[in-house]
Amino acid sequence: MPSNLGLSLSSPGGSLHRNLTRFQVKFDLLLLFSLTIVVGLGLMTLYSALVDETSLFIRHVILVVLGFILMIGVAQIPITTIYRFTPLIYVGCILLLVGVYFFGYVSKGSKRWLDLPLLPRFQPSELLKIAIPLMLAWYLKDRTWPISFMDLCISLAIVAFPVGLVYIQPDLGTSVLLVTGSSSVIVFAGMSWRWIMIAGGTLISAIPFVWMFGMHPYQKQRVLTMFDPESDALGSGWNIIQSKTALGSGGLFGKGWTEGSQIQLEFLPAGHTDFIMAVLGEEMGLIGCASLLVAFLLIFARGLQLSLTLEDDFAKYAICGITTMFFIYVLVNILMVCGLLPVVGVPLPLVSFGGTSAVTFLLGFGVIVALARRREVP
Amino acid sequence: MDASSEERDQSFRNRVIIVAGIGVFFVFLVLARLINVQIVNFEKYSTVSDENRIKVKAIPAPRGFFFDRDGRVLADMKFILTLSIDEQRVENLEATIARLREMLDLTDQHIKEFERRRRTQSRPFRPVPIKRNITYEESAYIALNRHLFPGVIVQSESIRNYPFGELTSHALGTVRRITQEDLATLDPTIYSVTDFVGGTGIEKFYESDLAGTPGHRIVEVDAHHREIRVLNETAPIHGSDVFLHLDMDLQQVAWDALGERRGAVIALETQSGGIMAMVSKPGYDPNLFVQGISEEDYAALQDPIQSPLFNRATRATYAPGSTFKPVVALAALSTGTTTWERIIWDGGEFRLKNTRNSRVWRGWSWTKTNPGGQGECDLFRAIYRSSNIYFYTVAEEMGIEQLAGFARQFGFGINEVFDVPEAEEGLLPDPDWKRDYLGERWQPGDTVNLGIGQGSILATPMQVVQVAATIASNGQRRQPRMIYYSPKQLKATEVPPKELPPVHGILPEDWQLLKDSMKAVIHRGNMGYGQNGTAWAYIGIDIPYEMSGKSGTAQTIAIPPGEEYEEDEVPEKYRDHAWFMAYAPADQPEVAVVVLIENGGGGSSQAGPVARAVLDEYMKGKSESDDA
Repeated sequence: MPSNLGLSLSSPGGSLHRNLTRFQVKFDLLLLFSLTIVVGLGLMTLYSALVDETSLFIRHVILVVLGFILMIGVAQIPITTIYRFTPLIYVGCILLLVGVYFFGYVSKGSKRWLDLPLLPRFQPSELLKIAIPLMLAWYLKDRTWPISFMDLCISLAIVAFPVGLVYIQPDLGTSVLLVTGSSSVIVFAGMSWRWIMIAGGTLISAIPFVWMFGMHPYQKQRVLTMFDPESDALGSGWNIIQSKTALGSGGLFGKGWTEGSQIQLEFLPAGHTDFIMAVLGEEMGLIGCASLLVAFLLIFARGLQLSLTLEDDFAKYAICGITTMFFIYVLVNILMVCGLLPVVGVPLPLVSFGGTSAVTFLLGFGVIVALARRREVP
Repeated sequence: MDASSEERDQSFRNRVIIVAGIGVFFVFLVLARLINVQIVNFEKYSTVSDENRIKVKAIPAPRGFFFDRDGRVLADMKFILTLSIDEQRVENLEATIARLREMLDLTDQHIKEFERRRRTQSRPFRPVPIKRNITYEESAYIALNRHLFPGVIVQSESIRNYPFGELTSHALGTVRRITQEDLATLDPTIYSVTDFVGGTGIEKFYESDLAGTPGHRIVEVDAHHREIRVLNETAPIHGSDVFLHLDMDLQQVAWDALGERRGAVIALETQSGGIMAMVSKPGYDPNLFVQGISEEDYAALQDPIQSPLFNRATRATYAPGSTFKPVVALAALSTGTTTWERIIWDGGEFRLKNTRNSRVWRGWSWTKTNPGGQGECDLFRAIYRSSNIYFYTVAEEMGIEQLAGFARQFGFGINEVFDVPEAEEGLLPDPDWKRDYLGERWQPGDTVNLGIGQGSILATPMQVVQVAATIASNGQRRQPRMIYYSPKQLKATEVPPKELPPVHGILPEDWQLLKDSMKAVIHRGNMGYGQNGTAWAYIGIDIPYEMSGKSGTAQTIAIPPGEEYEEDEVPEKYRDHAWFMAYAPADQPEVAVVVLIENGGGGSSQAGPVARAVLDEYMKGKSESDDA
């Protein structure tokens, strides 16, 4: 019954530990392996980017370790429990977002952070990366195939309500990614091809209008800069020029760990957050980048593959949704660092500095593993 | 409408595969991009990255020093602390200056100069000095309160220093701050790090040697331009030092002897042509130009009469007056116009023969109550008594072509100075010149005037001292020069100072007699009224060594440099220029001297004692070194 790949990690069966083995810790080994590679490479790179700010690095490491523990813990939760709590989680997230709206901590002109007792300051919008796919999967479980127009509308409402609260923070980048990632759940759950085409066509034809009426000048500037960074080399083009320079000068093998002049001499801004991929490229070269990319791809593929082994719609849709959400974040960040997308403030999952982001994604993988157990929801 | 379970599974599977495919497509897209950036364009981005972090910074080369012939430092470098403002880093300039004024002694003058420098900055984006030469206390104060003054910096500057100040101002010239116009012409590899370039005098002439070659420091910098470490360093090459013929003892004596009078003194070593003293008064403090002269100070230096910036020794031209007579004497001898034996009656008046020109030329001692001249004059007496009538006569007989042709051999109308830039040529008039420049015909009267160094003839003190040195050397001539030697091969002396063509056509006994007559100017005394040398009473009575000389009293008005004058408008107060040229020892000449005092009056009485003072000092130094 257990899948060949879904190995279980159990404590050694020695007599000393016999009593403990009653509580078996189970986790998907391939996923754990890929995650470890990503997090390992990530921590190495982050250490280099924060070489003068070790205390920040240590804080991040502690959160990542906590995230791993949380992930393995969550992975043990029965799927029924998750299913039952999904609407509660979703509503809880919305309440937190409303809380942000009223009591949020303002940083750089937007209200994104919440201070709660006993918890570190965190961004509730991060939790939506899991909460929305879960909620959609919960709602779309066992619906008609393809889903009815009514269900489509309700699904969109499930997405729109919390994302709306994020949008007004304002946080355009996260909103767009949440919509894109969440929409994937609707597609997986049987959105008809006709509607997919209509939605796609509408989006494409909306681009000129969005460009003309829906974007701030600085946002347009970022798009233009992507095509010609040299036009404003010391201004909006600086980040992308320095990022490409860091990557390019790394070559095949890189300049060596903590030896990257672009990051160490502070030419590369945001090297520990959004542009951390450039640091990896500079110090470990194409080899380092490709390794990270392959590890990310493995996680993505493994997530999708797990969904194919399952019967339950909720588990299938949720796993695909969270996996796709994760991978969209990865791609958008890396495409931005390579200069193939405009500069949007998206961190690289599990690699960039930032506790909430890392913990949430790890939590997401805990959920995936929990759901991947082949047990039908009653 | 609802699909079967199998169809659902199939459709779901398809969708997963499509999404996976899209994901894989983007991963390959990213990989392709990474290969393009990291492999294909590796060289390009490596270069950009290196250019980011590696900067070449030039290290200024210390400017070469000047020394006098005894090794005394005349120009070196010193460090000062300068308070500057980097506008790129100042948020509110006015507030910063106001705060600085509360803390430091900053006058309105400082602020005004700062504003001027800001407007006229030669290199943009550089800190602009607001106060130079601040004290260590002030510098420490700024350092302690750095947080209050973002963008305010204290820089250490190496600047030119002239220890003797005013005393050497005209002998050396000065450096000046590089202006925006200079940057277009100066070699950027040499002048990128220095703020100074030779402006006048030998500072300008030897500029290419003094400047040296800047060194380079290759440094790694961070994004904030902070130096992280030095990767490589090439030391600067110190500018060449130059030793000068100048003797600061002579220079000092000449300076003091002139007193407050306007004028020039030059001492020339006859053997070498070396300039042992060159004084022009008034002088100025050359250090002012180094530290950036204020508008007020500069305006004060523009006084048209005093004109302290004007080097009278090489650039002011005056009629040479009677100092020209020895040249006329030699001309007359070489052309056979006269002999040492010929006697001409000097009755105090001269009229042209065979013309209806009724003009009367008079002797220098002529007055209404005592119209008599020097009496019977041979050439020897004509020189020690400075008989005008004798020289009027021979000049008229000789004619302008012969006189001017001969005089040109002495360097009149030619700039022969080797290394003092912008020396004037003076003017030796002849019929061609008068026709070309005045559009008039040469008159016999012009020749008469020239016979006593008057009329249109103009000469610089440098040219007159050359005459004295030429006579002292029996016609041998050398280019006057400041440079004695340099430890290094100099670019400026690739064509070295040269021997000039000697004066020809003069017999050795003629040279000797001329020199004897010039010795008599000073030493012939106690002979009764009208029999003593013209300078004897002033400088010859107590002289312990033998000296030869010739006074001159240029009977013309002070022509402020570069100005035309109208004879009718000349105020009475403009007195004659006083000249004295001399050399010593009389029989083995070593040094020639000229003294010019603008509106100084009588040459023997006013300029003579100055020349004597300089020669006294020389002879004193000579006997001291002989004793030792």
